[in-house]
Amino acid sequence: MDPTEEIRSRLRDLCISQKLAVVATQSGGQPYASLVAFVTSDDLRHVFFVTARTTRKFANLTKDSRVAVLINSSANRESDFHDAVSVTVTGSAEEIGDAERDHVLSLYLSKHPYLEDFAQAPSCAVIKVTTKSYYMVKNFQNVMELHIDR
Amino acid sequence: MSWIVNAENINDADRNQVGGKGYALALLAKGGFAVPDTLCVTSETYQEYVCRTGLRERILLELNRKGFKDMRWEEIWDCATRIRNMFLRKPIPFEIEEELKKVIEAQFRGKSVVVRSSAPEEDAISASFAGLHESYVNIKGVDAILDHIRKVWASLWSDAALLYRQEIGLDVAKSSMAVVIQEIIVGDKSGVVFSKSPIDHSQGVVESVHGLNQGLVDGAVEPDRWIMDRKTNTIISHTPAQRTHWMIPDKSGVQRAALPDEIANRAPLNAEEVSRVFKLVLDAEGYFESPQDLEWTFNKKELYALQSRPITALSPTKEDDGRSWYLSLHRSFENLKALRDKIENQLIPGMIAENEKLAKVALAKLPDKQLAAEIDHRWEVNQKWTKIYWDEFIPFAHGIRLFGQVYNDMIRPDDPYAFVDLLTNTEMASLERNHLLEELAQMIRTNASLAKNLAAGQYEDLDPQFKETKDAFIGKFGDLTCTVTGGTQCEPEAASLYRILLEMAAHPPTETGKPKQGEKTALKENFLNAFEGEHRKQAAELLDLARSSYQMRDDDNIYLGRIEAQLMAAVREARQRIDDYRTGGRRRKIADELIQVAENLDDRPRFQSPYGQKPADGFVIQARQLVGQPAGPGLAKGPARVIRKTADLAEFKYGEILICDAVDPNMTFVVPLAAGVVERRGGMLIHGAIIAREYGLPCVTGIPDATVLIGNGDEVTVDGYLGIVTVGRSDL
Repeated sequence: MDPTEEIRSRLRDLCISQKLAVVATQSGGQPYASLVAFVTSDDLRHVFFVTARTTRKFANLTKDSRVAVLINSSANRESDFHDAVSVTVTGSAEEIGDAERDHVLSLYLSKHPYLEDFAQAPSCAVIKVTTKSYYMVKNFQNVMELHIDR
Repeated sequence: MSWIVNAENINDADRNQVGGKGYALALLAKGGFAVPDTLCVTSETYQEYVCRTGLRERILLELNRKGFKDMRWEEIWDCATRIRNMFLRKPIPFEIEEELKKVIEAQFRGKSVVVRSSAPEEDAISASFAGLHESYVNIKGVDAILDHIRKVWASLWSDAALLYRQEIGLDVAKSSMAVVIQEIIVGDKSGVVFSKSPIDHSQGVVESVHGLNQGLVDGAVEPDRWIMDRKTNTIISHTPAQRTHWMIPDKSGVQRAALPDEIANRAPLNAEEVSRVFKLVLDAEGYFESPQDLEWTFNKKELYALQSRPITALSPTKEDDGRSWYLSLHRSFENLKALRDKIENQLIPGMIAENEKLAKVALAKLPDKQLAAEIDHRWEVNQKWTKIYWDEFIPFAHGIRLFGQVYNDMIRPDDPYAFVDLLTNTEMASLERNHLLEELAQMIRTNASLAKNLAAGQYEDLDPQFKETKDAFIGKFGDLTCTVTGGTQCEPEAASLYRILLEMAAHPPTETGKPKQGEKTALKENFLNAFEGEHRKQAAELLDLARSSYQMRDDDNIYLGRIEAQLMAAVREARQRIDDYRTGGRRRKIADELIQVAENLDDRPRFQSPYGQKPADGFVIQARQLVGQPAGPGLAKGPARVIRKTADLAEFKYGEILICDAVDPNMTFVVPLAAGVVERRGGMLIHGAIIAREYGLPCVTGIPDATVLIGNGDEVTVDGYLGIVTVGRSDL
């Protein structure tokens, strides 16, 4: 397989297998990490998650759209050290507009059906992260980068 | 199940816990066969040990540095060496140790034992692990026994065992190991007996040696052999051995000693004893209900079964499972000594003589047809020596490995490669070449007009002394661009050599590095002091062998390079003639044979052109941190110089990181300019790593696709402690 395609397919597999990700935002230079339920677009160009508008992460990303998202397959076992894959995604976050909302929500809820009430609440925002780079770590210390030209 | 059990108390349910060997011994004892007193350390004990000490995950981390299939055998050997060292350095947890001590002391106080592997996997019907895991004979005292239990555990992860498991598809993560501890029976004659011959199923085979059967099992002592009729238990034929040696116990362990004449003259067994041995295996076959392969020994008149296992492959050749190949990876000391003798006294002088003979031929005077024949001849000569290189020189590198294992077993150093420091600074041919280069560079440093002329490409009026030294250099080592494997094109004059020399001259001289002589002497003393008496003499011999092996690792290629340079010289002469004719400088037509030979040679395989990175619809991959094998300690940062073809070497600049597919010693002249070395080919003992170590440079080997993933000029950090290469700056 073409090396680029191989990495993309590994990334896709990881994003499909994992339900939760850690989103990092910042305010005044203070980093802040939050756990979210996420979904990615098949082409890996976007990561979506839902957050209540009252949250600290929402306030932070409204002020500074630059975010990092950590997705990983660790299972809190010793074998994670050689087995787990971890990916850091960088990109810029924004609340999605009405035009995309239905499409993205259906994608999101097909992965997280139990979050239907939460995701559709008027006080929640659907966030779209437009990805810039993926940094994939496997075999403990092997790091490959996937950059997306725009 | 407890940590350790007596064979008498082993039941059917314990089979997995005690492994095939332990279980078979327990059954033999129950069936009334005479077997030595036996204890089994269960596989649960092994599991508990690797869990509590964290070794389980450390081993998996080591084995998962990169895909197992991407690892060369040398890298697997390196992994195995590091893992073995983990076992040697990690004691058994106190509570388990106390329990083992108590039981072992009660059973074997004051007695010598044999410590054998008994992996549950060895039971698998299709797999025969015989000989892949280690056994230790004549071990005395509870501490030594515990120590050897760990060595047997470690042998679960030897290179041969890892490769074999991979080959037959066993999951290494599930591997486990039980250990059998048996009272040693000091037999006067011993052997192996097969109840059914793989060649003729109506026959069986008895093999026997004088003394212990350790030598028979590992091939160090040749056995007498009897072919038996299974139906009648009578001898069909007897093939006596050249009886020269036997294995006998010494103070701690066993040694191979010359056989006294009066014993050498007679077969180890008489007809009645042969028949007793064969009856023993037939009984075992009946008892286990399958053909057996049984190790036995006679102590005075008493016949003991030491172990019995099913004959797994009743096919005509035992080699079918490939195991013999894996076993051949390990060469015995005796074997290596003979190889050294051959290399030093026969092959190297042969290569030198061959080179001299070729150098005497006046190529310019040969008519076209003869030149064509000369090229063919040199091609053959080159092929011949390349084959010898693979068949004889490469295996000789095992001298280094054997030494490494003995050193690590005795010294148990923090760094499993500390032993290499004892081998460095040997006078290697490539170092001699680099010293000559440095001499030339020094002339440029101190002679401004020489430097100016060289820089301007004016080679006509060079300083005579410089010219003479340069010519001597080229005479001995070639002009650097032509001597590299696969390079059929040479640059005119010595332009690339001058470029390298100018670069060297622009910077202070590089010295070959560590260790200092004093430290080395201390290391040596420390190593030798770990042995006593006869063993100390053997250790010194082994060190000497390893040094020769280390040096040869480099020299053989240099000598081979010189022979290749002779081939290239003839090719150059042919090309020159063809060029002259085509440009009108020569009127006489070129003989067809010569054109054919010269052009045909271009099809020879050269450096493989690495596949490029293709951006796929806006996605670009880039390596950030690549994991290989640590091969030379240190940390270095610099711009990458990626060597994809020979000519790239001439562009090498001081302070760059050398990135290449595989360094051969003919390329290592740029190493003194480099800040660090990264190689796709993996291993601690490959040429690039050896030269890097000589110069004290950080080195990482075994980076898959190194020359593809790293680009010229990329900022690269080489972490020679962890075996990691980081590419690019740290900004996102």
